[in-house]
Amino acid sequence: MNDLSALDRFLQTDPEDVGCGRAMELLHLYAELAATNAEAAAERYRGVAAHLRACGPCKEDLEGLLAAISEPRS
Amino acid sequence: MPADPTTLDDGLDTPSRLDPESAEWVRSLSGSGAEREAAVVRLHELLLRVARGEVRRRSGLLRVDGPELDDLAHQAAADALLAITSKIGQFRGESRFTTWAYKFVIFEVSSKIGRHFWRRPQVKLDVEDWERLPDRFGLDPARESEWRELITALRRAVETELTDRQRQVFVEIVLNGVPLDAVVARLDSNRNAVYKIMFDARRKLRTALAAHGYPHVNTSEQR
Repeated sequence: MNDLSALDRFLQTDPEDVGCGRAMELLHLYAELAATNAEAAAERYRGVAAHLRACGPCKEDLEGLLAAISEPRS
Repeated sequence: MPADPTTLDDGLDTPSRLDPESAEWVRSLSGSGAEREAAVVRLHELLLRVARGEVRRRSGLLRVDGPELDDLAHQAAADALLAITSKIGQFRGESRFTTWAYKFVIFEVSSKIGRHFWRRPQVKLDVEDWERLPDRFGLDPARESEWRELITALRRAVETELTDRQRQVFVEIVLNGVPLDAVVARLDSNRNAVYKIMFDARRKLRTALAAHGYPHVNTSEQR
């Protein structure tokens, strides 16, 4: 079977997706929790997690923020 | 995507008691004189370090290096510092102060990378190369007979179901591969608005394809 999963994922929309504005507002809270427990963050902020699954730029920001807060502060 | 996402589960916590380090940041940055100046300098150093790390992390997308990359980091750190010091009263203490502050500089890096995209001379907006569409979704040319009809229907739905603005954003992001933050910069818009345009477009396209009986398209919204 031909792999149409990428197209299918693109067309999927999640009603719980809070959008970039709300995700950006909460990203520091999500990141701080996700730094120690990613599952707990996704459960606590379900709408943000839904958004991060669909939005590459916000996911990239989360990864950057996680890298920043994980870096030792000398 | 709900019109009022604040009605969902993600309510902000009530203002929290600050940890000692965060309290010290807030106290010194809210003050005046030499102590505030010293805190501003220290915060800028932290922001610059994060900005440099972030532009390095994303440098593969930027296709720039050296002084230009460092200049971008300096701009991001300076703009983030301004935003943070002007919004210090909005820090509610639900996270460490530095986590909240780093968020600003990460956003500034994203925004500046979006604007930087248009400095590439090869970017063309007036081309709608629909032949790229299968490649964008990783479809195997050798199995074209299996997806050609669906892709043709998708193109038809883009042309007939989407508004002009939705179609424009779809073409830029999906066909031309323009990053969303670069579209934001070009339209002088914001990420939330452009994402919403694409969110609504994706939903319309899925509905249109499902209505025409394409079995590969899941008709239910993802949960």
